[in-house]
Amino acid sequence: MTSIPLFHVLILSSLLFVIGFIGVVARKNTLFILMSLEVMLNAVGVAFIGAGSVWQQADGQVMFILILTLAAVEAAVGLALLIRMQKKYRSLDIDLLSQLKG
Amino acid sequence: MLANLAPIDSLFYFAGLVAVIASLKVVTGNNTVHALLYLVVSLLAVAVCFYLMGAPFAAGLEVIVYAGAILVLFVFAVLMFGLGKDETSHAPQNKGLANMFGAMVLAFALLIEMVIIINNGDMQQSLQANVIDSKAVGIMLYGPYLLAVEIASFLLLAGLLAGYHYAKPDLTGGAL
Amino acid sequence: MNVLLASLPFYPLVSFLLLIFFGKKLSWQLAATISVSSMAIAALVSAMLLVDLSVSQHQVMTVNLWHWFDLSSESGNAEVNVRFYLDGLSAVMISVVTGVGFLIHLFAAIYMKSDANFSRFMAYMNLFIVAMLILVLADNLVLLYLGWEGVGLCSFLLIGFWYQEKANVLAARKAFIVTRIGDTSMVIGLLLLFNTFGLLNIEAVTTLAKQANELTGGQNTALGDDIYWIALLLLGGAVGKSAQLPLQTWLPDAMAGPTPVSALIHAATMVTAGVYLIARMHGIFLLAPEVMNYVAWLGALTLLLAGIAALAQTDIKRVLAYSTMSQIGYMMLALGAGAWTAGVFHLMTHAFFKALLFLTAGAVIYALHHQQNLFKMGGLLKKLPFESGLFIIGLICLMALPGTSGFFSKEAIIAQLWSSETAGPMLWWCAILGALLTSIYSCRLFFLGFLGNCRFNEKAQPDKSTLLRSALAVLALLSLFGGLIPLDLSLVFTMATQLPLVQGMEPNWLHTVAIVTPFIGILFSWFYFKSYRITSDVATKHVLPINEGRLVRFCRQGLGFDSFYNSLLVKPYQWLAQINKNDIFDQFIMLNVWYVNLWHDALILVQNGSLRWYLAAFGLAIMLLLGVSSL
Repeated sequence: MTSIPLFHVLILSSLLFVIGFIGVVARKNTLFILMSLEVMLNAVGVAFIGAGSVWQQADGQVMFILILTLAAVEAAVGLALLIRMQKKYRSLDIDLLSQLKG
Repeated sequence: MLANLAPIDSLFYFAGLVAVIASLKVVTGNNTVHALLYLVVSLLAVAVCFYLMGAPFAAGLEVIVYAGAILVLFVFAVLMFGLGKDETSHAPQNKGLANMFGAMVLAFALLIEMVIIINNGDMQQSLQANVIDSKAVGIMLYGPYLLAVEIASFLLLAGLLAGYHYAKPDLTGGAL
Repeated sequence: MNVLLASLPFYPLVSFLLLIFFGKKLSWQLAATISVSSMAIAALVSAMLLVDLSVSQHQVMTVNLWHWFDLSSESGNAEVNVRFYLDGLSAVMISVVTGVGFLIHLFAAIYMKSDANFSRFMAYMNLFIVAMLILVLADNLVLLYLGWEGVGLCSFLLIGFWYQEKANVLAARKAFIVTRIGDTSMVIGLLLLFNTFGLLNIEAVTTLAKQANELTGGQNTALGDDIYWIALLLLGGAVGKSAQLPLQTWLPDAMAGPTPVSALIHAATMVTAGVYLIARMHGIFLLAPEVMNYVAWLGALTLLLAGIAALAQTDIKRVLAYSTMSQIGYMMLALGAGAWTAGVFHLMTHAFFKALLFLTAGAVIYALHHQQNLFKMGGLLKKLPFESGLFIIGLICLMALPGTSGFFSKEAIIAQLWSSETAGPMLWWCAILGALLTSIYSCRLFFLGFLGNCRFNEKAQPDKSTLLRSALAVLALLSLFGGLIPLDLSLVFTMATQLPLVQGMEPNWLHTVAIVTPFIGILFSWFYFKSYRITSDVATKHVLPINEGRLVRFCRQGLGFDSFYNSLLVKPYQWLAQINKNDIFDQFIMLNVWYVNLWHDALILVQNGSLRWYLAAFGLAIMLLLGVSSL
């Protein structure tokens, strides 16, 4: 099915990655940061699948599955921490978590 | 290159475009639930891309697990624990893109750099036509990557415990 | 190995160590016994050594204790040993040091009985004796310098013995610093000596110098120059230690120490170390006649200056300090004129009567409850008859009235001045003038303190201890009859006999004038200081006005030397220290600190605790890494 050049797949992957990066760096709301992290992870997955397809090996998809697992766990733990943060600070501003300053 | 493109491949580019636009909406959104929904759209678009790249199993997993489980978890958390209100005290709502200027510059530079590197590399292959189906993936998982699967299960256990512990109602009133 | 000679400095050394380590636990009796008996043993041993010396070969005894170190020069290795050399000169010195030292220790043991730090005091006195013995017994200049520094240290420790008073500490510091200037000059002289001759052994250097001079017939100007400078630098050292011009300012202030210290160190022994040095190095000095002339002139000028200053003093100890300065001027004058034996003879007799004067003054001060101002004393002849009698004996020896030991030694000096090659008639007249001044200030001292109205209101309480009085009595006997001790130092000063005496050019009236001078002085003072010595019944008899005229005050302050040195040296140094208050070099080092702090303040901004900034830093780093790696 195709003659999509790997180059284009990788461009898509980088684009999504960079968009996710912008989100992580520029947003103050921790929930949005977590969402942008998901976007970044997803982008990495695209790159892996593309590489697997080029070399005709299933390793790419296996790697993607592991990334998926990682994303799931990270979302769970992150959300749990987010809930604690909400309870303590009544706000989700990430700049409130700056006690390691100095 | 674009000349001998089958029509089905243009779907790839379209889906990619949808994914990028949806991601942008996620990153610049104000409403939490809207942003989550845009994220779901982005993931679905990427699933389509996967299918077109010859990885149907990955596409299925993307939809079922990523969009269907992880993001639903997000939605549940947001709705159940009232995380939806964006209460950042310092960011006025209508500043918009000005906030992101620095990050955009940095990200742009990074993007340019990555594209240049990829271009200079030996990346002129095209994707193959064959599909790598679930059977091949399953053989891989139960074969060489068995240990990885087990470790992944550990990770999931840890996540489960952490999630349970941290989200408990606050009985002792301790620190975060 | 001559054990007797080798052991001589060790008796007081052992006593010093015992008293320093166990001092706090010893009772007064034990501490006094240890210190005084060690001195007694030392005195006994010196007497035995004297006897041995007179029957030994060449009248010289040496003993090598151990090898200290080697000095290497271009002409090979010179050995520096701890070796004691006893000849006539050293014998005189050790007898004076241990004999007079023993009497002074005895006096001090009773005088300082009530002091809380008695063992520390006696320990320092013993250490001083050790250092002085090493100084006079040394056979090489390095060991001599060791003793030299040792006596300087003990002088410092003892002047500032009552260190809780700031004035005492300042006086000790002044003494140390001024003598240090002399010591530095001496060290440079030693180095020059080593550079010229390759040796520091005194006998060897003297022989070498004589030979070198004979070989070249006195024409080698380079050697002559060297010897001139060596002699001059050694003179600098002697001047510092013996409190002569220009380094004499420390001696009057050193009277801040306890009276036995003044007696031992600043009258009898340490201040004579300079005289001993010049006498010992006579070989070098004889080869530099110009320097001998300087020595004579310095001695004469100090003699006169100190005499004038003594006329204006109000403190009894300061009069005696200036008197010491003046008498050492006599000794320097003698040495400069080539009258070596006479100078050493005067050293010995001066030790006797000056120690007597100081100790008696100490007894008087103690009896008057530590009153030292002459204008508040008076009429002590009736109140303290014993002390007054001793004081009279001391003073008549000082004035060199005929028959006393002072007379014999002073006449011996004056006799050789007129016809000496390096002295001459002018210096003879200076000596006569000095004798006149001596008698005038002695009479003034006596009239003020012992005659006249009793200006002291309270009851005088003299210390009537027998031991104390017997020590003083022995000193008095020595002062009176010490002139009869025969002193034959001709074997020591063999080179000196080469100085020709120009006969037949001396006027006959030389000796007569010299003998009559003290009496002229007494006569003058009898009438001039009449107001001091008469007793009157006027109501104001308890008060004697102190002459505060400008000239008198100038003389009282040591003829302006102190203020001169103050404005010349002390004030500029203090000014320099003030402008360098922040210490330029320290600021230079602090630049380093400032630099580090600057970076700290800059880098601390990076750690702002904000997660997004950290992530942005990540991104930036990756971008840079990728950029660099792909280039």
